[in-house]
Amino acid sequence: MLAYLIRRLFAAAVMLVVIVMVVFCIFFLVPKWAGVDIATSFVGKQADPAAVEAVRQKLGLGDPIYAQVWEFFKGIFVGRTYSGGGDVTQCSAPCFGYSFRSEQAVWPVLTDRFPVTLGLALGAAVLWLILGVAAGVLSALKRGSFWDRGAMVVALAGVSLPIYFTGMLSLAIFVFGLKLFDGQYVPLEESFTGWFGGMILPWITLAFLYAAMYARITRATMLEILGEDYIRTARAKGLKEQTVIGKHAMRSTMTPILTMLGMDLGALIGGAILTETTFSLPGLGQAVLNGIKTQDLPIILGVTLITSVAVLVANLVVDVLYAVIDPRVRLS
Amino acid sequence: MTELSKSGAAVGEPTGTSPAPSSFLEVRDLKVHFPTDDGLVKSVDGLSFKLEKGKTLGIVGESGSGKSVTSLGIMGLHTAGQYGKRKAQISGEIWLDGTELLSADPDEVRKLRGRQMSMIFQDPLSALHPYYTIGQQIVEAYRTHHDVDKKAAKRRAVEMLERVGIPQPDKRVDSYPHEFSGGMRQRAMIAMSLVNNPELLIADEPTTALDVTVQAQILDLIRDLQKEFGSAVVVITHDLGVVAELADDILVMYGGRCVERGPAEKVFYEPRHPYTWGLLGSMPRLDREQQDRLIPVKGSPPSLINVPSGCAFNPRCPYADIPKDDLTRTVRPELTEVGSQHWAACHMSQEQRERIWTEEIAPKL
Repeated sequence: MLAYLIRRLFAAAVMLVVIVMVVFCIFFLVPKWAGVDIATSFVGKQADPAAVEAVRQKLGLGDPIYAQVWEFFKGIFVGRTYSGGGDVTQCSAPCFGYSFRSEQAVWPVLTDRFPVTLGLALGAAVLWLILGVAAGVLSALKRGSFWDRGAMVVALAGVSLPIYFTGMLSLAIFVFGLKLFDGQYVPLEESFTGWFGGMILPWITLAFLYAAMYARITRATMLEILGEDYIRTARAKGLKEQTVIGKHAMRSTMTPILTMLGMDLGALIGGAILTETTFSLPGLGQAVLNGIKTQDLPIILGVTLITSVAVLVANLVVDVLYAVIDPRVRLS
Repeated sequence: MTELSKSGAAVGEPTGTSPAPSSFLEVRDLKVHFPTDDGLVKSVDGLSFKLEKGKTLGIVGESGSGKSVTSLGIMGLHTAGQYGKRKAQISGEIWLDGTELLSADPDEVRKLRGRQMSMIFQDPLSALHPYYTIGQQIVEAYRTHHDVDKKAAKRRAVEMLERVGIPQPDKRVDSYPHEFSGGMRQRAMIAMSLVNNPELLIADEPTTALDVTVQAQILDLIRDLQKEFGSAVVVITHDLGVVAELADDILVMYGGRCVERGPAEKVFYEPRHPYTWGLLGSMPRLDREQQDRLIPVKGSPPSLINVPSGCAFNPRCPYADIPKDDLTRTVRPELTEVGSQHWAACHMSQEQRERIWTEEIAPKL
């Protein structure tokens, strides 16, 4: 088990380095090959050539690619000083780049916005796991019943309706109509109730979409598992039906649900762009959206890296949980 | 015609509610029907038999003859946990040690499962939960019916594993099913079935998924354990070799009904139903010329939705035209006594069958 864990951790670390290199190359080399001058895009098209040259020198854009990657890596651990064209910009460790467009280091932007997105993703995940799995199990056990059909219709609606529709609808009803919430984001440190009140609608909206998917996968998996021979064996042993379902069938049903959860959480932590935009949450998704609008490459690069880390970590956790759940995984 | 059905009802197929029988296990006119979109599947359609403690009954037949459905019916596993599906329709009586199972409270039947009656399944790999150790699964089976702590239950599990011949049982008790070989898994499955000393053991094709070399070991084990525990055993198989090893009595099923039933040596040496002849011919004989080693039964098993009228075996029976008045295709033959404790359901007269068996069939086997 420990060896398995170490192997996975090592693989994740190697993967991370590869991701940083690949992402860096894509963001800084592809424009070069496409004939676009990054320095120009950083200062603006009408800037005078001297200013462009200063930025080029400051960011080391004239250096060979391996030197640029090295500087980027070094910056993460020891910080980085950008100098050139007469002025000096300090970016302290961990330096994930500096946005000359918004004149701020990338790292503080990420750390400011990360808790918002994390809170959104985790809160919604708790909701959708409870709702989705419960609805899926009940549907499977009452297959063909009125409840099953009703739940699956709602699930189909949940999967089909886009966030900006369900989100807007919930805003219209609960914020502007019933005035139950004021629809403002309040940081957790300031007020728990304020934070909770601001997050509840985004949670429900996001969870509705995912709960629908989880209900469908849970139902299908549960139905498949209930047909397994070892469920029949459990009954032949004289176990109570709630033990057969709650213990023997549920444990097997957890495997695909965990897989999905790992991938979904990882992707969401990289920014739930639609949800954050709909509810004006200052999360990573909003940051990257602004970055794209203003061609702020360092910000996009930073968010991309954080997303990769989130997916890696989520997958690592899922892999470890897999090994806990399924003994056959531990061997291979 | 009337004579046949009358005598059949008198000896072979008792019907209607009647007092608790003296036999340990008695099945009376069991019917298990499954409603489907295509029609009613009559998997078991009027099956009766008796079994005493310490005896072994072999139920033989090809796939789809209703063998496994019968065993699951006795265990009450057609009704337990069938969610939202169209329910199986079960009628008849199943008496186990004075209790009628079909009319009993389902929770009472659940408490009998695993304790008084237990089951060994065909494929031990899929029948054991892949996520729990062998020990955990045996402990669970034991603690469901015995109020003991986990330590005592685990000691019992180790004891059972040792009894079924698993080496280093105190270590292997913590292994997972995938860490066992096929034969070991079936031994573990047997250990789990016997952990509560059941009085009735149903083995559903216990050796079909195993290597030939392991099959004999498992059969020996079942026989030894039966002697030791004195339980009644029902062995379900399509392999006459298995019943030859184990069974005291043999019941041959075809199309959801019993076509021949009797003591093993009678069914083997004086079979009185053309389908049984076919089964015996299907046993490979290496001491014959290659083309004579196997004599298969022609045709395929009958549809259980539209069972052929008259005798269900008539489309495949080479002797279907012998009885007069097209009897085989119009009237369903009932079981009639053809010898001591030996019944068969065939329209041909005893003399005709005896002649065909001794003159045409037996010399070729």
